[in-house]
Amino acid sequence: MTDQDLSSQLQQQVLHASAEKQKLEIRGGNSKSFYGRQQRPEAQLLEVGGHTGVINYQPAELVLTVRTGTPLSEINALLEANHQVLPFEPPAFGSDATLGGTLACGLSGPSRPYEGSARDHILGLQLLNGKGQVLRFGGEVMKNVAGYDTSRLMVGAFGTLGVLLEASMKVLPAAATQHTLVHETTESEALTQIDRLRSRYLPVTAWCYAEGRAFTRLSGSKQNVAAVCKTLGGETLARADVRWRELREHQLPFFNDPRPLWRLSLPSGTPPIDLSGRQLLDWGGCQRWLLSDADAPLIQSKCREAGGHAELFRDAGSIDVFQDLDASLIPLHQRIKASFDPDGLFNPGRISAEW
Amino acid sequence: MSLDNHVDPMDPALRARFIEALTPLLPVHCLYTEENQLRPFESDGLAVYRRRPSVVALPETVDQIQAILQICRDMKIPVVARGAGTGLSGGALPRPDGLTLGLSKFNKILHIDADNTLAVVQPGVRNLAISEAAAPHGLYYAPDPSSQIACSIGGNVAENAGGVHCLKYGLTVHNVVQVKVVTIDGDLLTIGGSSLDTPGFDLLALMHGSEGLLAVVVEVTVKLLPAPPVAKVLLAAFDDVQKAGDTVAEIIAAGIIPAGLEMMDNAAIVAADAFAKCGYPTDAQALFLCELDGSAEEVEEQMAQVIALVEAGGATQHRVAADETERSKLWKGRKSAFPAVGRISPDYYCMDGTIPRSKLAFVLNRMRELSEEYELEIANVFHAGDGNLHPLILFDASVEGQLAKTEEMGGKILELCVEVGGTITGEHGVGMEKINQMCVQFGRDEITQFHALKAAFDPDGLLNPGKAIPTLQRCAEFGALHVHGGEVPHPELERF
Ligand SMILES: Cc1cc2nc3c(=O)[nH]c(=O)nc-3n(C[C@H](O)[C@H](O)[C@H](O)COP(=O)(O)OP(=O)(O)OC[C@H]3O[C@@H](n4cnc5c(N)ncnc54)[C@H](O)[C@@H]3O)c2cc1C
Repeated sequence: MTDQDLSSQLQQQVLHASAEKQKLEIRGGNSKSFYGRQQRPEAQLLEVGGHTGVINYQPAELVLTVRTGTPLSEINALLEANHQVLPFEPPAFGSDATLGGTLACGLSGPSRPYEGSARDHILGLQLLNGKGQVLRFGGEVMKNVAGYDTSRLMVGAFGTLGVLLEASMKVLPAAATQHTLVHETTESEALTQIDRLRSRYLPVTAWCYAEGRAFTRLSGSKQNVAAVCKTLGGETLARADVRWRELREHQLPFFNDPRPLWRLSLPSGTPPIDLSGRQLLDWGGCQRWLLSDADAPLIQSKCREAGGHAELFRDAGSIDVFQDLDASLIPLHQRIKASFDPDGLFNPGRISAEW
Repeated sequence: MSLDNHVDPMDPALRARFIEALTPLLPVHCLYTEENQLRPFESDGLAVYRRRPSVVALPETVDQIQAILQICRDMKIPVVARGAGTGLSGGALPRPDGLTLGLSKFNKILHIDADNTLAVVQPGVRNLAISEAAAPHGLYYAPDPSSQIACSIGGNVAENAGGVHCLKYGLTVHNVVQVKVVTIDGDLLTIGGSSLDTPGFDLLALMHGSEGLLAVVVEVTVKLLPAPPVAKVLLAAFDDVQKAGDTVAEIIAAGIIPAGLEMMDNAAIVAADAFAKCGYPTDAQALFLCELDGSAEEVEEQMAQVIALVEAGGATQHRVAADETERSKLWKGRKSAFPAVGRISPDYYCMDGTIPRSKLAFVLNRMRELSEEYELEIANVFHAGDGNLHPLILFDASVEGQLAKTEEMGGKILELCVEVGGTITGEHGVGMEKINQMCVQFGRDEITQFHALKAAFDPDGLLNPGKAIPTLQRCAEFGALHVHGGEVPHPELERF
């Protein structure tokens, strides 16, 4: 595994940019440039992918601290060798994906509703703010309420608040067994069924539905998973880990479609959303992938009516990723941005046209 | 009393105008201005710190809260939000020049949505009341601070409270999906939602642990969990604290995440057993309770593993509670550890550091040395699974100088936690109490960043001023501003 500390170079680059009022586009593995708005072209590249290495990993402490340019694939391999996992199953969307990019985009995989999200598992981080200061928040311990929870604030902020340098993540033991059940059913029946499962104590760790089949993943001890499989019934899916990985990485045939790909984020209990195109339901129905030529406002208003929101997931271009952000929260967002990055150096335009 | 930052009372003319402005907004029974009405609000759970608020408002509607905060903003009057006042760091300590905004009348559970496993509640609702209301649906709210019969969910959000079950089920921040808050400008904001993510920055996480400095929480939507079919607790006793600590680490390393893993040292064991008559082995140097929950198969399988580890770890005895009665009895001892210690000592001071589990033995030894040096006894209760220590320092406030000595030793313990890579507070918050140790944990740039973030919400610094984040001036006076990697301390540090 490569081990390279670029923090002082990165700090110098930010200080230089700050002096020159030069905008910066922070880039890790460049695997997720499709996500979010297009950057403004005047931004200069700030490459963080070379800032790599494991700083601390003690499996018994359930904590891993790495430089954020470390590839996700290396992290997963290291954890696997110790029978541990990043519980939020981060999608990589490419072999060069880094942990920093994953956190900045706030992406979580199929286990999200059951095991928590990327932000749920961050314990602390080191970042460079727009003044070129290296700041450290949180730590490597499980419970820490000293100071505002700045670490979680960075997750999903698309790098607009600072350059992430190091992150400490909570890791967990890998499940002893996983088993996926398949049920042939309709979309609305599948949703009713998963709603019923929600209030029962079951080791469900992923659920998706596509084209007439619902897939339920159970994880845990061998005996327990076997017992639950018996009560739930259904067919067993062979090579299930491949299927979940292909779902997570958008490699299922479903995603081979030229139409725009939307991500619908909806409350549990939301019935089928009637929109033209095709849908794949993930996260127990709370995240739905929609391939559709329907108009953006129609898609967004249907999701809003249901209590959720929609975002154009790939190549949003100039569409605001946050355009469903409640208007009452916009000024607060601008002030928070200014508190970390007063000159607006980082990733201009990635979240919002103005900043 | 060593509360060293003196705050002058509110100017009488300003106070008169302030009361005049509040009077039309609030019914008489919601506005306290008389001496005898104000007295009960003098302190929170950290009763050694006391100050009298200038005025107390106990609003009944969100509209009233919005109007009150606007007045405070316009008149530049500090506001201290208050839940149940069980906080242990002086977070709800009043301002003599300010308003205490009590949320106790917001005590309604608005909605239990059993299908979607959510509960919508007002901020003054007691933590335990949520689980009680959810119980008929087979659901419960997981974070369970020992103060759960009294503390409010609004206070839990403000402190990011933890509890025995947080090892497996997460802290408050992992179990809240939405809050409604009122800003100092009187704006009502909805943060989060019932989908699994919402557009924008993660303000929901930011609200957790913000100790009433960013906004006032006026509604909380929590996630409910299905109750596990089986829960079993094992008691394991040891003749050596180190062995107990090592066994805890072995359990976690074996890939088991217990629902609770709580440790106590001999002083705490003796006190708890005398108080709760829970049948603890009082000759043990340490014991832990390890609770496993889940399906019958799961619990059985894991309990066998835990027992093997406990035996290999050299436990002098161990037993699994035979039934529900014995299980609650074992837990009762742990949950009443604070009052139990309160009975054997005139006063006690509860600390709250978190350390990496591997440093446990080192930290306990150093604490023993401190205890000898300061001639003060310590009893330890300890959320062992996640490294959260609660050393209770026993003292007698009526003995001249003991409180000061206790506080000094407490400060040393917190600094020790930072030294081994931990933190000065795991769940009780910084409040007033640990404000100096913030200067040890953070450097000047981080503290400046915290203030900038606060200003994004509250530019005039009116919400709970003086708590949670120290001024740089205070750190300079405390003389302990943390210095990054090898730099020499700055004697020239700015003093304002
Ligand atoms: C015996 C005992 C045992 C305890 N055990 C635990 C434990 O196991 N785990 C744990 O985490 N804590 C524990 N505590 C500490 C305390 O109970 C928690 O911190 C609790 O969350 C405080 O809730 P409260 O309603 O009493 O808040 P308060 O004490 O009233 O206030 C605490 C802080 O929150 C702010 N606040 C309160 N309500 C609001 C609101 N609506 N909006 C904005 N800010 C608000 C206040 O300004 C203050 O800063 C214990 C306390 C005692 C006395």
